[in-house]
Amino acid sequence: MHKESAIREPLIIVEKSYSDISDDIIRPIKSKPNRQWWIVFTISFVAFMWGIGCLAYTIGTGIGVWGSNNGVDWAWDITNFVWWIGIGHAGTLISAVLLLFRQKWRMAINRSAEAMTIFAVMCAAIFVVLHTGRPWLDYWLFPLPNQFGSLWVNFNSPLLWDVFAVSTYFSVSLVFWYTGLIPDFAMIRDRMTKPMAKKIYTILSFGWSGRAKDWQRFEEVSLVLAGLSTPLVFSVHSIVSTDFATSVVPGWHTTIFPPYFVAGAIFSGFAMVLTLLLIMRKVFNLEHYITVKHVEYMNIVIIVTGSLVGIAYLTELFISWYSGVEYEQYAFLNRATGPYWWAYAAMMTCNVLSPQIFWFKKLRTNLAFTFFMSIVVNIGMWFERFVIIVPTLCRTHLPSSWNMYSPTFVDVGIFIGTIGMFFTFFLLFARVFPVIAQAELKSIVKSSSIQYKKGNAHH
Amino acid sequence: MNLTYTFPDRLKKATFVLMGIGLIAMIVGFITDHAPEGMEDHYHHNRFWANLLLNTFFFMAIGLAATFFLALQYAAEAAWATTVKRVIEAVSCYLPIGAGIMLLFLILGELGVHHIYEFMDPEVVKHDELIQGKMGYLGPIFFMGRAIVYVVVWSGFQRLFRKRSLDADLNGDSNHVIHFSNMKSAAIFLVFFGVTSSTCSWDWIMSIDTHWFSTMFGWYTFSGMWITALITIILLTLHLKSQGYMEFVTESTIHDLGKWMFAISFLWTYLFFMQFMLIWYTNMPEEVSYYYDRLHEFGYRGILWGMFFTNFAFPMLFLMSRDAKRNAGFLTFVGIIITAGHYFDVYTMIMPAAVHEHKHFGFTEIGMFAGFLGLFVFIVLSNLAKAPLLVKNHPYLDESLHHST
Repeated sequence: MHKESAIREPLIIVEKSYSDISDDIIRPIKSKPNRQWWIVFTISFVAFMWGIGCLAYTIGTGIGVWGSNNGVDWAWDITNFVWWIGIGHAGTLISAVLLLFRQKWRMAINRSAEAMTIFAVMCAAIFVVLHTGRPWLDYWLFPLPNQFGSLWVNFNSPLLWDVFAVSTYFSVSLVFWYTGLIPDFAMIRDRMTKPMAKKIYTILSFGWSGRAKDWQRFEEVSLVLAGLSTPLVFSVHSIVSTDFATSVVPGWHTTIFPPYFVAGAIFSGFAMVLTLLLIMRKVFNLEHYITVKHVEYMNIVIIVTGSLVGIAYLTELFISWYSGVEYEQYAFLNRATGPYWWAYAAMMTCNVLSPQIFWFKKLRTNLAFTFFMSIVVNIGMWFERFVIIVPTLCRTHLPSSWNMYSPTFVDVGIFIGTIGMFFTFFLLFARVFPVIAQAELKSIVKSSSIQYKKGNAHH
Repeated sequence: MNLTYTFPDRLKKATFVLMGIGLIAMIVGFITDHAPEGMEDHYHHNRFWANLLLNTFFFMAIGLAATFFLALQYAAEAAWATTVKRVIEAVSCYLPIGAGIMLLFLILGELGVHHIYEFMDPEVVKHDELIQGKMGYLGPIFFMGRAIVYVVVWSGFQRLFRKRSLDADLNGDSNHVIHFSNMKSAAIFLVFFGVTSSTCSWDWIMSIDTHWFSTMFGWYTFSGMWITALITIILLTLHLKSQGYMEFVTESTIHDLGKWMFAISFLWTYLFFMQFMLIWYTNMPEEVSYYYDRLHEFGYRGILWGMFFTNFAFPMLFLMSRDAKRNAGFLTFVGIIITAGHYFDVYTMIMPAAVHEHKHFGFTEIGMFAGFLGLFVFIVLSNLAKAPLLVKNHPYLDESLHHST
């Protein structure tokens, strides 16, 4: 018999029957988008198209149109790549790791977090594809036989490990996401009246019948995928970190990079989930499912991961001094006090200091403040990657190659374009996909909803 | 239901015998520990002292990580382990004693009684520019001051959690005031532990190779102590069940403990591998010396790779299946092997720096381990006998008693 402690707060805070939940989830899909949706969509789409324009210009002219130069040969491209990949982390963490930890509150947020993951990884991929300079030859990244034109890839290079890690992560996340969607698509199929829509959802739901056998297989495959995804949560960002850490560049080569990148990725991922969900719960009236308690839990994850990142920053800083290696010491001195000191200050303030405000319960349960903080963290984590890349490359071993970096309008344009693409895809997703994993959510009605909690209290 | 554990006399005697063996091993080890050829200048019973540090740290770390795990349960609102909470608490009770011995060891070092830490020897520091640069951190006042703070605060929190837990048993916990204040204290402890688990491993272990540094070292050491503590908790729970106690611990709780053992083994493997791989890959002289000494210079290759594969392959192969994680025999077998693996993990951290290639694994090593084991078991079981095996008035108790997965 399942028991739930009385001190656990309800996760569905208004009395809802199973059919109410279905109605609430299907409403945005059945109804026409309102004016606000169109406004946001238009802005996102314009940004997206602007990005496509800059992207085409880059491909047509060459990456000389970027601000990257001889010294600083990685700049916004890799900063944005790592930023997006990091954001993509929360989805799998929420769906896989929190599933293994049996965190019931994940039910309300996992669907949109997973969607966000998929879109974020797509955005990240754009920068990988472009930064090679000749994207039409990008298939050379894969280990193809020599007669395709390239030489056999270098398996010793972390950049190749990245190709495998990111593509594995993307495909497993996609399968995980889709598997979870099947019963929900079936629910939509059963309630759709328009023939065309019904037909599409029928195909999407893979003949789901809702028999016990279907559910058993569904549960099994979810568990297996969770088991497979959990190491992926670690591997992807660890391998991204080895892009830097396997080098002999002071400030890049430090052993704490892999776990610290993973913590940072979860940190930024949760911030982006909060940004999206705080808007979505309002627009789609999902406040009864994505409650203040959910937001509070996410904010606690933000404190924990933000503090881990903080410990890692201080560890790096301290060990660079302790090492007695002057190049190492200079690298960190330069980050903190060099020409890009303001980026370092922004990173420290946004990532380490500001999340500590969430120690106050009043603030971590305040939605407007949380929204503001989620943006702050997103900015901070962008600066973290910028701080690792640009200030390091502009002050390498040879002072004659020292120079500064500033982005061009193309750099900015592509970055804004990916943000536009991310929001365009997310807005489309929110119109045609079930934004909450309703089948999973229904499984906690009998343990964590308000009516169950009340009913229990009478006994 | 028998809720009171009695520490059997036979077992008590056995722990005394172990402690006796340990004492003999210490005396014999100290007397027979002569400087090997070529190390006469830097050798001051190093084998003996290194063994003392190894066992002191290894067992203290179990108590420390058990306290961490206890705090984690509070902070994460976790219910499943409430039925084994008293076991976790009992294991954590070794912390004040283990940390006390650790402090004593450091004081002896500062007094010049042993020479495990090069930087405590003014003669060495005088001729070593690199160490001079680190003295701001490793200088005696700051070094010892820090150590005292770690030991006092850790032990203070451990005593506090234990005291409040017993309080809730005896006096009830209306509105769960005690539970919530434990939650708050747990969060504060976790912050303190988050910093000090790293700094203590730099201070007490990494600093033996005084020139060497690795930013990962703290988290890597922490994962090793976590897994050892988890195994101790599992082994003790299984032992108690086999003695007819704790029938209220469901198979699912054992399964969950098994999952933790599986997962944290992977965490350790991940951190070990990443630290090793990055240092090996870049091959920078100031960093690679650590592994070069172990793998080439001093001949620890077999031990290092042996313990890596033990700590990685064993849990992976044996604990992958669900049934294995619910099987007492399996868990015990794998648990003991991994504990041995982690003993050698700490062994490879300490020995190469202390005795270079003159490594041993003989009566001194086994006897001193046995002695500390005896002390550890004695303290843990005595504390276990002091309180009922099941907590009372705990808000998650009912959830945990009905736990099934």
